[in-house]
Amino acid sequence: MKDLSIIAYCSIKDNTIKLNNTTRVAKDPKLSFLEFAKKAYKEQVLDYPKFFKMDNLSKLAFLASDVLCNSDIIKNEHKEHMAIVLSNRSSSLDTDRKYQATIIDPKNYYPSPALFVYTLPNITIGEISIRHKIKGENAFFVLNKFNAEILTQYAISLIENKKSNLVLCGWVDYDEKKYNAFMYIVARNGIYKHSKEFINKIFNSN
Amino acid sequence: MDELKKELKRNIISQLNLEDIDVSDINDHDALFGDGLGLDSIDALELIVMLEKDYGIKLSDPSEGKNIFTSIELLSRYISKNRTK
Repeated sequence: MKDLSIIAYCSIKDNTIKLNNTTRVAKDPKLSFLEFAKKAYKEQVLDYPKFFKMDNLSKLAFLASDVLCNSDIIKNEHKEHMAIVLSNRSSSLDTDRKYQATIIDPKNYYPSPALFVYTLPNITIGEISIRHKIKGENAFFVLNKFNAEILTQYAISLIENKKSNLVLCGWVDYDEKKYNAFMYIVARNGIYKHSKEFINKIFNSN
Repeated sequence: MDELKKELKRNIISQLNLEDIDVSDINDHDALFGDGLGLDSIDALELIVMLEKDYGIKLSDPSEGKNIFTSIELLSRYISKNRTK
């Protein structure tokens, strides 16, 4: 089988969004993530008010995936069966804490439904899938650190077993104001090498 | 009643994270769900929590919400009649 390759990659950190290592959005690093996300949305998205109802982790994943999936690189008809394999370290802990705050005091016990729905990290995949009408396989791994080996092997397996022709892979982590997103799309005919070494290199350099 | 309506609009905007919508954008008779403000089922649950938390009203039957949450006008009338705080 022909080696797989990477069509495009995107990173978000330090209030900067890059697509294929080219800056798409750059904002004052002193802005909070919420302030940055709002500005990035206004520049890159604009047509999806549900964005503002998402938790921070989903906002982060949504922005990264939107930059990739709305670029001219992927045709809409190919998105439907795209698989999504994401990972992070902090799971949904940031939102879990906020939800916990709504239930910790028995005298002020008002569980928030809007927070509860985001107390799982794979909700990020749901948000991306709804946005782009993606119905492919998906998985979310909670790992100690970014692991290119797992993502690489999983993407190869999905494509070799004809589960999908495209796989959106990556790392999307948010906890207590620290965040980092890195996503890339694997396919049969891309530009960049689909290897553990190359993925680690672009993950560390972005 | 007018102050309650304003308060409800402010709370709905902030608690449901309605971006770029101002109190003056919501008319008292606008539909809150569907074609109006476009609220969804999770928003409905948040409104039920808001009723209990802010006004001491506990809906024993969540399906009651369908009528109560039709518009700000109906919601404010229901709260005025049933509030315990």
